[in-house]
Amino acid sequence: MSAPAPPPRTFAQRILGEHPTAWAFVLPAVVIIIGLAIVPIVWSLVLSFKSADLISPSQWVGLSNYDALLSDPKLREAIQHTVVYTALFVPISIALGLFLAIALNRPIRLIGIYRTAILAPFIASVAAQGVLFSFIFDQRFGVANAVLDNLGLGRMGFLGDPDQALFVIVLIGIWGGIGFPLVIYLAALQDVPRELIDAAAVDGARRWGVLRHVVLPQLYPVTIFLAVWQTLLSLQLFDLVYATTRGGPLDATFVIVYYIYNQAFELFNAGYAAAIAYVVALFLLVLVAAQLGYNRWRARRA
Amino acid sequence: MSAGVATASGSAAERPAVERRRRLPFSPWHLILFPTAVVFALPLLWMVLSSFMSNAQINQFPPTIIPDSLHIDGWRTVLDDSQFPRWFLNSTIVALVTVVSNLVFCSLAGYAFARLRFRGSTVVFLLILFTLVIPFQLTMIPTFIVMDKLGIVDTLAALIVPALVLPLGVFLMRQFFVNLPREVEEAARIDGCSRLGVLVHVALPLARPALATLAALTFLLMWNDLLWPLIAISSDENATLPLGLTTFQGQHTQDFSAVMAGNVITVVPVLIAFLLAQRTFIESLTSSAVKG
Repeated sequence: MSAPAPPPRTFAQRILGEHPTAWAFVLPAVVIIIGLAIVPIVWSLVLSFKSADLISPSQWVGLSNYDALLSDPKLREAIQHTVVYTALFVPISIALGLFLAIALNRPIRLIGIYRTAILAPFIASVAAQGVLFSFIFDQRFGVANAVLDNLGLGRMGFLGDPDQALFVIVLIGIWGGIGFPLVIYLAALQDVPRELIDAAAVDGARRWGVLRHVVLPQLYPVTIFLAVWQTLLSLQLFDLVYATTRGGPLDATFVIVYYIYNQAFELFNAGYAAAIAYVVALFLLVLVAAQLGYNRWRARRA
Repeated sequence: MSAGVATASGSAAERPAVERRRRLPFSPWHLILFPTAVVFALPLLWMVLSSFMSNAQINQFPPTIIPDSLHIDGWRTVLDDSQFPRWFLNSTIVALVTVVSNLVFCSLAGYAFARLRFRGSTVVFLLILFTLVIPFQLTMIPTFIVMDKLGIVDTLAALIVPALVLPLGVFLMRQFFVNLPREVEEAARIDGCSRLGVLVHVALPLARPALATLAALTFLLMWNDLLWPLIAISSDENATLPLGLTTFQGQHTQDFSAVMAGNVITVVPVLIAFLLAQRTFIESLTSSAVKG
């Protein structure tokens, strides 16, 4: 670190700011973030125009990776599965998160225990969640089928059934992922001005009316944020699939990031994988930009 | 807002509060929250319980819900005949090193971006913000190539180096310091304290909540990650817990109690940390939303 600057600033310091100290402070962060985030972003773009297997020297292939992904049936399937997961996971997790946050935002007994119990799964690693539920939903020895049996209902294939596997993964995803929307809504509910609620109550608004016309409008920006965030999460689904089905059965749970991983690190088509990753990333960026644009528009209106 | 209230008023006037009270001795919300809490907690309890069952108990039909006797075969397999102790150590090393390095480097960088004027600061900070929205699958292939060039693929270093400074951490610390009143620091400056001195002796002690949040967030991310270790690590002995657990599961598909014992080892340390510092963990989750 540089020598301590004497308190009355010299003329030069006033002009230059505090370059040496400041750069010394940010250098480690800048080196790591530029080197392992910015450089890879550019590198991926370059890679997407190449044929690369991560071992032998790569070759330029122009746009042919992008050409190939337009007519790749397996990629189309992966996109479909991802879209189904997203279309279920995002609205359900947001609605349930909001509902539970409203329920937990109440000064009743045991509320701390309820909150801890409902949040606990979110802290566990997704890999562990997947392994746990592969056991619970095991066709022969799992508790899920035992319960069905005891209720006199038929046993089910769950993760082993191509028609059910993706929906079971949605279910596990919600069990393990509800913590985030829940925590965000809980924080947002704390921020709803008490006076607004009291004023509405004085005006004779019933509980439902207060919720519908006072609280929910306040939560609108948070909901938009959560919709974007949960969509980003869903489109990047990987760990849960890897820990439960590895894309099976019959590729029924093969999702986009799993496909990128598969192409890059199992089939060694790194160039092609980079091209897919780029298309997905651009889509995500558009989503984030739309959300930021919405925030700005709303801020200007207020 | 007032318009909404107006539409809602009127209807309640004719409904006295007494009538609305149900005759339950407890709040009706318990009827919803209790079963929900059970649904969320039960799988985790089941995980712990079944790690203490024998495979015969698990395999019998219908499965035992409450075992009549406890067995430690699964735990014996996991502790004596598997790499779980090693994976636990690896996970601990990776998490601890990255937590410490993030605390140090994110504080330094966050403080500089918040307080110091230097050329290029805006551009560099915007670049860091930009990396926040980049999905990992875009950078993972080149990152692997970089690790390969550095010769550290399949070592713990390959897990640690990319996470030494998390962009989110820099952002979090900057936000904290921006909102910290300057007056205290300026007094120390006038007393002749260097910038580093001010940071260490004045600003950081005030930043304890932000540092705790950053530590919890880094720990969670590193302890729970699967995708990057899966790519960067190929030998069994260098795996972290999530990676080791999924591998172990693949090799012991019928040995449920052992797999669940391994699962307990993976999950319970984080769970205990969460129970001890719930507030900090919740704050670390909400703070990651600040970037939105």
